[in-house]
Amino acid sequence: MSTTPLRLKELSKKEDLLTGGHRLCSGCGAPIAIRQILLAAEMPIVAANATGCLEVSTTIYPYSAWKIPWIHTAFENAAATISGVEAMYKALKKKGKITERIKFIAFGGDGGTYDIGFQSLSGAMERGHDIVYICYDNGAYMNTGIQRSSATPLGANTTTSPAGSVIPGKMQPRKNLTKIMVAHGIPYVAQTTPAHWRDLMTKVRKALEVDGPAFINILASCNRGWRTPTDRAIQDSKLAVDTCFWPLYEYENGRLTINYKPKEKKPVVEFLKTQGRFKHLFSPENEHILERAQEIVDREWEALLREEAMWKAEEEKKEQ
Amino acid sequence: MGKRLAVTGNQAIAEAMRQINPDVCAAYPITPSTEVMQRFASFVANGKVDTELVTVESEHSAMSACIGASAAGGRVMTATSSQGLALMWEMLHIASGMRLPVVMTLVNRALSAPINIHGDHSDGMGARDCGWIQLWSENAQEAYDNLIQAIRIAEHDDVRLPAMVCLDGFIISHSIESMEFLSDDLVKEFIGEFKAKNPLLDVNNPVTYGPLVLPDYFMEFKRQQHEAMLNAKDVVLQVAKEFEKVSGRSYGLFEEYRLDDAEIAIVVLNSAAGTFKDVVDEYRDRGIKVGLLKPRLFRPFPYKEVAEALSGAKVIGVLDRADSFGGFGPMYMEIASAMMSNGTNPVMIDRVYGLGGRDFMPEHAAQLIDELKEILDTGKVTLYKDYLGVRE
Amino acid sequence: MKGWKELEIGAITEAGSADSYNTGSWRAFRPRWIEENCIQCLFCWIYCPDSAITVNDGKRGEFDYNHCKGCGICAMECPGKKGKKAIVMEEEGK
Repeated sequence: MSTTPLRLKELSKKEDLLTGGHRLCSGCGAPIAIRQILLAAEMPIVAANATGCLEVSTTIYPYSAWKIPWIHTAFENAAATISGVEAMYKALKKKGKITERIKFIAFGGDGGTYDIGFQSLSGAMERGHDIVYICYDNGAYMNTGIQRSSATPLGANTTTSPAGSVIPGKMQPRKNLTKIMVAHGIPYVAQTTPAHWRDLMTKVRKALEVDGPAFINILASCNRGWRTPTDRAIQDSKLAVDTCFWPLYEYENGRLTINYKPKEKKPVVEFLKTQGRFKHLFSPENEHILERAQEIVDREWEALLREEAMWKAEEEKKEQ
Repeated sequence: MGKRLAVTGNQAIAEAMRQINPDVCAAYPITPSTEVMQRFASFVANGKVDTELVTVESEHSAMSACIGASAAGGRVMTATSSQGLALMWEMLHIASGMRLPVVMTLVNRALSAPINIHGDHSDGMGARDCGWIQLWSENAQEAYDNLIQAIRIAEHDDVRLPAMVCLDGFIISHSIESMEFLSDDLVKEFIGEFKAKNPLLDVNNPVTYGPLVLPDYFMEFKRQQHEAMLNAKDVVLQVAKEFEKVSGRSYGLFEEYRLDDAEIAIVVLNSAAGTFKDVVDEYRDRGIKVGLLKPRLFRPFPYKEVAEALSGAKVIGVLDRADSFGGFGPMYMEIASAMMSNGTNPVMIDRVYGLGGRDFMPEHAAQLIDELKEILDTGKVTLYKDYLGVRE
Repeated sequence: MKGWKELEIGAITEAGSADSYNTGSWRAFRPRWIEENCIQCLFCWIYCPDSAITVNDGKRGEFDYNHCKGCGICAMECPGKKGKKAIVMEEEGK
């Protein structure tokens, strides 16, 4: 079977497996990511979806925007649900009742992945199912009206971490889930955004080719929660990458590759200032939060650079 | 006929599961059902079954994986107890709402707090509104027989609902009794091949499971579930009839024991019914017309049939091994509903017993019969609901 | 609307049926394609959240206004030709 080249002209000849007519908000980042994921896949996919915007808005009965077999059961268990589907696939394949190669993807937002679904995600990854878990991280519980999650960035104004006169928004930095998934020792972990479609699709293909669990964390903008105009999804994703707030990187069998290093790393305020959720941080009394946000980005980015350099040095040593 | 062996309830369940040989089993260990999955894991490890065993990280994930596997299109089983069932609670509704014939063994155990590992029915009764068929079992033989029949009932075209088979923790799960097993071939033939309905793994005919259903359609799906439960009653009897042909053991919706001419009726589930039957015999020898009804099918509850069976009784003592605090016990409420819709009006009292594995002794049974006899003679009831076998 | 006896049990739904659902009425702004400025980069297509840009044999066609919600991502990302955008957003009803 020939693989469709990752060129838009060629890809556009493939069938879109997420139809229009879903009820996600105008300008939502999630369906852009989903379309790209399904266009990247070169084999039949069966998906599970955690409760959330994507799940609710794509399957309002009697309509479904999914052209692939798809299941939603609850909020905290997309990984467990897909592990059951995959187990049945293995069982039926063993008995010769299924012959074709099928791959399995679980989708969850940051609420369903970083928080309530964290245990079932960790369990499914540890068990080694042949599944890909994809988080679309928009940095809060957007479906229920922008409540903070452990993926919400430092300082963000959400409905449960409101920017008040005493507490100026969320006071904790976000959890680095991608790194936590790396610590599971699974064969493939990556981070990307739909603005970087070729990077995203390459990573999806790698994740699907892996025999065993893979995890991809995708930054997906939410204009309602980020308080941006509806046309900003791609622009803001690019800023997240160019400021190194959301670096593009991957771990293949534990080995780190940074897929994109901005020639000139932009200050994180470039990413923050276009979004209304960070507006209050630009008052003089909150300057220290902006400084702290920059420190966090710098520390994580430098740690990535150091780690990549270490891998390179080790490989050079081996070659000598 | 099959072979007769002395085994524990858990061994009997594990053996039934080996013979059923489900496609997928996802489970998490919890006392007192742990042994079921341990034994089953050894069957998997030694190639005695073809099952994919998913050793999940919680009961919530166990039921989630069971749902995923069942929707994928194959036969799925699991087992749990107490807190495990409580943690599954959310997913129990989803399994039934999606009409997935998952079959689960529930080794009954008390719910915390205080934590207690012994048998009572608070777990199963807490799950009675989850849309699962419930079959209750007095002993290991019944649990084994019920589990095999549950596969056929759950997967029946007119039903397509998940089913749980309940047996008392420790009292049955851990004590050894002599029972009869069917042969592997007979079980295989009896349960037949699994027929998938809308399987997720049919990638050429993709379907969406679990959409958002708003007020415009929601009630129609609940009405369908109600209908499936109504159908289940007939299917239970039909499957029992076929099971009798292969096993020689007959099952109904409930068991009646010396109930025909009884003025005093006892309603009691599971293992305590065994104790009670002996005491009924003693009282019968003394000329007291007492009989017993032991429900087998609790969901759907066979109101009409139960009421008919109890229609001759003047007083009924209902035993509940679970309390609905602030209300009558769950079994009492069902029996009261049954009698009311039948138009008969016996005096009924509710006695909560055996919580957290408290022994139910013959003297407790005698105490209850004496009290019922007193009510029969005087027409006076002191307490409609009370605890039996508790220290002041 | 179907009654309980007619509906597929368990709310199992036909795949891809949302295609027949119209979300075009959501638009406050309407994208207009100016073909002469189009370099066929297909960025509009890959970045559309609503699968609302038709592409035939690798070449972009008209907007699918039944599904387009008017977010404007396509116009924002359109590189255009010589500084002239191939997609512009115009207020609906004007």
